[in-house]
Amino acid sequence: MSGNINRRDFLKTAGAGLAGAAMTSLPGCSPAGNKEPDKGPGKMEVRTAPDGGKVSLLGYGCMRWPMVKGPDGKDVIDQEAVNEMVDYAYSHGVNYYDTSPAYLQGQSEVAAGTALSRYPRESYYIATKMSNFSVWTPEASLKIYHDSMEQLRTDYFDYYLLHAIGGGGVKAFEERYVDNGMMDFMMKEREAGRIRHLGFSFHGRREAFDHFLTLHDKYHWDFVQIEMNYLDWQHAKVPRNVNADYLYEELDKREIPVTVMEPLLGGRLASLPENLAAMLKEREPEMSVASWAFRFAGSFPRVLTVLSGMSSMDPLIENVETYSHFKPLTDKEIEFLKEIAGLMSDYPVVGCTDCKYCMPCPYGIDIPGIFKHYNNCVNAGDIAQSREQEEFRKLKRKYLVSYDRAVETVRQADHCIGCGQCEPHCPQSIQIPHELHRIAAYIEKLRRGTL
Amino acid sequence: MLRKIRIILAVAAIVLCTLLFLDFSGFMTKWAGWMAKIQFLPAVLAANFGVVIVLLLLTLIFGRVYCSVICPLGIFQDGISSLSGRRKGKSARFRWSGEKKLLRYGTLAIFFIALVCGVNVVVALLAPYSAYGRIVQNILGPVWEWGNNLGAFIAGKSGSVAFAHKEVWLRSLPTFIIAVATLVAVFILAWRNGRTYCNTICPVGTVLSFFSRFSIFRPVIDSSKCRNCHLCEHKCKASCINLESHTVDYSRCVDCFDCIDSCKFGALHYRPFWKSGSNAKAESGAEGRPENTDTGRRAFLVSSLVAAGGLAVKAQEKKVDGGYAAVTGKKAPERTSPLVPFGAVSLKHFHRHCTGCQLCVSQCPNDVLRPSMSLDRLMQPEMSYERGWCRPECVKCSEVCPAGAILEITPEEKTEIHIGTASVDYDLCVVNRDGVKCGNCARHCPAGAIKMVRKDPDDENSLWIPTVLEDRCIGCGACEYLCPSRPYSAIHVNGRIEHIDNR
Repeated sequence: MSGNINRRDFLKTAGAGLAGAAMTSLPGCSPAGNKEPDKGPGKMEVRTAPDGGKVSLLGYGCMRWPMVKGPDGKDVIDQEAVNEMVDYAYSHGVNYYDTSPAYLQGQSEVAAGTALSRYPRESYYIATKMSNFSVWTPEASLKIYHDSMEQLRTDYFDYYLLHAIGGGGVKAFEERYVDNGMMDFMMKEREAGRIRHLGFSFHGRREAFDHFLTLHDKYHWDFVQIEMNYLDWQHAKVPRNVNADYLYEELDKREIPVTVMEPLLGGRLASLPENLAAMLKEREPEMSVASWAFRFAGSFPRVLTVLSGMSSMDPLIENVETYSHFKPLTDKEIEFLKEIAGLMSDYPVVGCTDCKYCMPCPYGIDIPGIFKHYNNCVNAGDIAQSREQEEFRKLKRKYLVSYDRAVETVRQADHCIGCGQCEPHCPQSIQIPHELHRIAAYIEKLRRGTL
Repeated sequence: MLRKIRIILAVAAIVLCTLLFLDFSGFMTKWAGWMAKIQFLPAVLAANFGVVIVLLLLTLIFGRVYCSVICPLGIFQDGISSLSGRRKGKSARFRWSGEKKLLRYGTLAIFFIALVCGVNVVVALLAPYSAYGRIVQNILGPVWEWGNNLGAFIAGKSGSVAFAHKEVWLRSLPTFIIAVATLVAVFILAWRNGRTYCNTICPVGTVLSFFSRFSIFRPVIDSSKCRNCHLCEHKCKASCINLESHTVDYSRCVDCFDCIDSCKFGALHYRPFWKSGSNAKAESGAEGRPENTDTGRRAFLVSSLVAAGGLAVKAQEKKVDGGYAAVTGKKAPERTSPLVPFGAVSLKHFHRHCTGCQLCVSQCPNDVLRPSMSLDRLMQPEMSYERGWCRPECVKCSEVCPAGAILEITPEEKTEIHIGTASVDYDLCVVNRDGVKCGNCARHCPAGAIKMVRKDPDDENSLWIPTVLEDRCIGCGACEYLCPSRPYSAIHVNGRIEHIDNR
């Protein structure tokens, strides 16, 4: 975003760029072939579960795999790419794979099952979830459970989670899992050995979290999955969410292993506002901005695995590298990251992690696409402040042209009617219509030149 | 020398004129917008008397140079004719022929009657500049836009914003067909007979011929030097040199100077009439080939361009994450009166002035304007809001209109003009249909003309539905375009017959 290419320069370089693009897309030139780190292979950092199981610190989140257009025009997972990435991950010691029946329009489990079933079942851990969000009758919930087994081609789950509890408070938890007998069912499955570890993933308010921990005596949670990164550590959007330091310390007190989700906040911690990124670079010029976030999450001993939704080979290779030569952060470095987090909250970015739980919007809005584009512009310093500003016209064109490229016109923020159906689905508790209308109003001012 | 000057000016004019219709960045309209405004017929319709008088004086002094260096259709035909002449043995392919008076004046009469009676289809069809504009906008325009989109594609890869994607779409099939038919007809005529169109059909050519007959400067044949080789006659694409009598029909001569350039004996000169010895009376020829007038232009009525099908988006139950709900394309509603742009004054004013050149259509950045499909306004633009709305900061069409059909306004004035009134269809409104909260029309109305009221006035928690404050509605179509109901919006704008102007 930083290159200010004018038309003439652009035309001059376009030809060369085309040739370059053609070169890089040559078949057979897999990124793995030329990006192998030169520090030697290293060894994947491994954490030991209370039962003695060895879990890789890097876990594979199967929520962001690439989709391609199928023959009927619908999105399908690019299985070939998935296989390649799983092969790389597996051969580099990643043995924890986290999926859900809801991910990737319901296709994640099949893809994970297809890729993983090529390896011996006992050589990797599968984590999946009871994602009974819309219907939670006993029949529907049981179907979800058994379908998962079938799609993942297994007869047991290593880790099984109550999916995203806390959102609707304790009431929703009881409806989804207690009143319909699912808790009892899952406890029995654990006794029978078909669920090796039972836990839950959490998004929501502190009261709900506290309540779930009081249930530890009754259910004995084998692990809990929380959102943990240096921004959420002390700057979560309270009170709709809980700071991660509280979550972690409460779990640590009870010796409950922690699995970490959103260590990178859906990529937000990989692309920081320019001057903050510069601060990180100043400390460690050779380390990527993203690697700080992974080192942060891995620096806490109760953390069993850190899940990253790696959508292509490049982040996969980088993360494998980070955790194969793992250096925990020093206390000083942790303090430094907390400082960065404090500065981050000054930027008007939307806390969207691109998880797509809000999608599909019934009115066709591309919610994460709009937020992502806006956040990118905020981070690049491309938000206009006033039409009096010298570069107003340039910023305006840049925003509008890149907006049209990022989001189809009919899916843009001005089409959001504010029905609010998305809002309860957001694990980050973003007030989605409010934010969309805020962005639409900014764009309208840009267009009219009334900023 | 004269010929060279003519060619240089002509090439410059046609390039400017063509780019004017192709470029949508606003650059050409800013720097070459005058090219459209000096065109004869638009200037007459815009009551731009300064331009008209200058053009008539120009003709009276120099002859029909207008047809050779200003009119894009004339220059275009010269280009085709010149290509045709490059074929072997075809470089001197013309013969003297008499003036086709009946056809010429007949067409002009029809044109005038059409103009007076407001049958604008005929006017638009015959107007040379507009015909050229239509050809460029309809046939060359998409090619230009695809080129731009290729640029945008490459730019997108490199993060540059030098090019922005522009959707290429067929705005009106009948107008497209007419443009193609005009191109074919003009091409055949020019390929075979040079300036036939200009001297038998074109009403502007005929009007100018009244003045060029008496022009001061004119090509004259010096009988004493002429060896009767007929080369000038064979080079004359207007077929207006009669070598038997050593005369030139100045009503048809477009001052291309090909004859002067071709004469090996220096017998032809461009000079004031008093310096010529010969009589320059027009020769009337009775014989003549039947002209290719009926080129099969027909008006087609196509009720819908967009393929039917696709149901309205319904709020669906969410089970899995990700993906997009299908968004059905919008369809144009039936409007009680057509919508014409801010600055068009009234349907009548607009209808009377517009020559259907499509310049405004090619410049509309919001894809609002497109040529009408109805028979009585065929080719004249009208507005519809399926792809965008008439944004408050844009007054592009009013800036470019050469014919005074859309009078120039400023963005500030735009909000003071009412071109239409919105009306709500409560059966389609998603508040009623899906039982959801909406109000997107009210949220985006730039005039504050939509008031949300309780659906059930007695219920504290009632949903809110939109109502239109008619006196505030300006007709911009933000509500219609941004209404979530598809394919038909639950709120649509009906045009006003007379625009209200509160300036």
